[in-house]
Amino acid sequence: MGQNLAIQDTPDNHSGINQTEETGYETLAAKAQDGNWNLSILVQGVTCALCIQKIESALNARQEVKTARLNFSAKRLYIEWEGDAASANDFIKIVENLGYGVQPYDEKSLEEGTKSEERFLLLCLGVAGFAMGNVMLLSVGIWSTTAETMGMGTRELLHWISALIAMPTIAFSGRPFFRSALKVLRTGHTNMDVPISLALILASGASLFETINGGEHVYFDSAVMLTFFLLIGRYLDFKARDHARSSAHNLLQSFQGFATVLQNDQTKRVLIRDLKEGMMVKIAAGEKFPVDGIIKSGASTVDTSLVTGETLPREIKIGQEVFAGTMNIAAPVTLTVSKAADDSLLSDIVRLMDKAGQAQASYVRLADKAARLYTPVVHTMSGATFLGWIFLGGIIWQDALMIAITVLIITCPCALGLAVPVVQVLATSKLIKKGVFVKSGDALERLSAIDTAIFDKTGTLTEGELKLKNVPDKKAFQLAASLASHSLHPLSKALTKAYEGQLLQLDDIQEHEGQGLSAIYEGQTIKLGSRTWCGDKGAKPSGFVELWLNIDDSKYCCFYFEDTLRSDAKNVINHLKSANIKSFLVSGDRREVAERIGQEAGIEKIYAEQTPLQKYKILENLQKEEHKVLMVGDGLNDAPVLKSAYVSIAPGTAIDMAQNAADIIFTGDKLGPVYEIYKTARKTQNLVKQNFALAILYNIIAIPLAIMGYVTPFIAALAMSGSSLLVIANSFRLKLGT
Amino acid sequence: MSVLIYLIPIALFLGLIGLVAFIWTLKSGQYEDLEGAAHRILLDDDEKTDD
Repeated sequence: MGQNLAIQDTPDNHSGINQTEETGYETLAAKAQDGNWNLSILVQGVTCALCIQKIESALNARQEVKTARLNFSAKRLYIEWEGDAASANDFIKIVENLGYGVQPYDEKSLEEGTKSEERFLLLCLGVAGFAMGNVMLLSVGIWSTTAETMGMGTRELLHWISALIAMPTIAFSGRPFFRSALKVLRTGHTNMDVPISLALILASGASLFETINGGEHVYFDSAVMLTFFLLIGRYLDFKARDHARSSAHNLLQSFQGFATVLQNDQTKRVLIRDLKEGMMVKIAAGEKFPVDGIIKSGASTVDTSLVTGETLPREIKIGQEVFAGTMNIAAPVTLTVSKAADDSLLSDIVRLMDKAGQAQASYVRLADKAARLYTPVVHTMSGATFLGWIFLGGIIWQDALMIAITVLIITCPCALGLAVPVVQVLATSKLIKKGVFVKSGDALERLSAIDTAIFDKTGTLTEGELKLKNVPDKKAFQLAASLASHSLHPLSKALTKAYEGQLLQLDDIQEHEGQGLSAIYEGQTIKLGSRTWCGDKGAKPSGFVELWLNIDDSKYCCFYFEDTLRSDAKNVINHLKSANIKSFLVSGDRREVAERIGQEAGIEKIYAEQTPLQKYKILENLQKEEHKVLMVGDGLNDAPVLKSAYVSIAPGTAIDMAQNAADIIFTGDKLGPVYEIYKTARKTQNLVKQNFALAILYNIIAIPLAIMGYVTPFIAALAMSGSSLLVIANSFRLKLGT
Repeated sequence: MSVLIYLIPIALFLGLIGLVAFIWTLKSGQYEDLEGAAHRILLDDDEKTDD
């Protein structure tokens, strides 16, 4: 698990350090009509079934609680109780004492639309599914015999029943396509939904016409089946997008936490979004700075890795500036708010991302590109067929219309419509099994076209965690680890983590702000801290991050730390190189560190000490030169680049905002998945192109026959299903091999 | 063929029951927390709190 996650989400961090006497949650409780109160909050650190049980049963054990239910997917806890609004704070304390982090959640701000949209899609899908089952049942009978054996009467009866099921179903379940088609037509463009809608309307309309006129062949089954399969794709796509949306939403909620404001020597809990310039805010050790500000009193150490990508914590003194989103590690401080929450560095980054998101929306998916070509060509062709048969062929207009409709139906965009989504759904589900989450299908499409890759350093190329490099002496190690276990400093945590023995009992432990720790052991004063405070000043600098142990100012011992490269990073870079993709390293960290890591990984182009804005500029310049750039990063400072890059990947240890901005997320402590995803993307794209080729080939053969009027309805139906099946079968080749 | 007069309504009726059941599951919010449902199956039933 990366450093970022360890700091942010580990529940242990929340117990003990971050406890507050008053919380202010009663102001968020809402009163229902029946007099009961309810409250929704976000819970952090929920990972398994046990968490659900622990939280729910602890709350349900309270007499006044009516309902306590944890939505595991959204990490949202809903509590309903009778009595007093102030009980809300008790409930929060219960959850916090169990070791979970709690954040206020403002339900009203959630886009209500997404929830009803999901229900709508599911309902359409369900209706189409059940209708398909029933129509197919009848179709088996219709297609397996001829009108002579079955008898015209029975056949007509079956047609009518099919029509009775299919017509309302198409009208009901086809709405997602009809709506989208209408919307895009109004703006004077077309997308894949236009031919799909037209095919649905025509197939069912022509079938109804045939049914009424006692015709022999109807296509209700094809129309309903097409609706059902396309809706499945639509729903999966929606789920992926929804997941991305809700994680963004949860992140914005973090602006709605509380801060302790100092006013006339009294403390008050205030919602972060209500903080104003000039207010005095108290920040406990282990708490995140909610806003940008200037330190007014106290001194401490700040972990800025989430914002700047620097691995080492920074010391802060009175008068220095701190940024929202960074973490106060060592001691409580008071700060004056310099910018309200809306203007903080964090919100600047969020805004930069919004801008980037809009730019990306101009990307046109391959399927839509195909639709732009397909729609006018096919429609012109069938119009020409109609006119041609009337004026040149000299037949009555009803027959000409039937031939024209056959042309439209036989070019039915089933195969085209399925060409992309089937492969993408298969590729996505294959990747999920490997721990890779692809948020939108077109991400793979874009990934297959990249020619440049930008890597972040901390947490992306490296494991994002300082690791102990040496053990100078066993006894000293034990002593140092025992002392370090009393501190939240990343170095102390790394030291404690590396140590696996018994801890010693120490007396008089003190934390010296910005310097280190001291304690008494067996009458000796031991210190653990920076070189300047307790180190051997004469020793040669090592070039690594150092932590010194000092026993009674007579014995010195030095521990070295290093953020190590992911074990397969070099391989990945090499593979990309052989696929003609140039790699860049862009880091916010110091030059020496960035260069060492970059060289180790085999990256030639290295940018160090970059601010988030500079990182963004590098990307902009590359994109101006028409490069298609993949961004791989995990920090807050990478978020704008992740969002605006042609395509982006983030590790699962990345902070929420980076995960939200990225198109693809991979898990595990290896970098290998990045290349794996790229390979799968290439393969996917090849299959998509083959599918298009198959669909086009089918049309080249079928359309002329249809135009000439040679195609009987039965052949049309077979050809339609046949081409779809061919495309699906070809897509399944993705499952073969690795 | 007269058997169709019974069989078709029966088939349609069974389908309809399925559809109604699906709409009920949808309305009662059973698709809102799909991940949670996968975990909840591992939990024991709630113990009574009034002891």
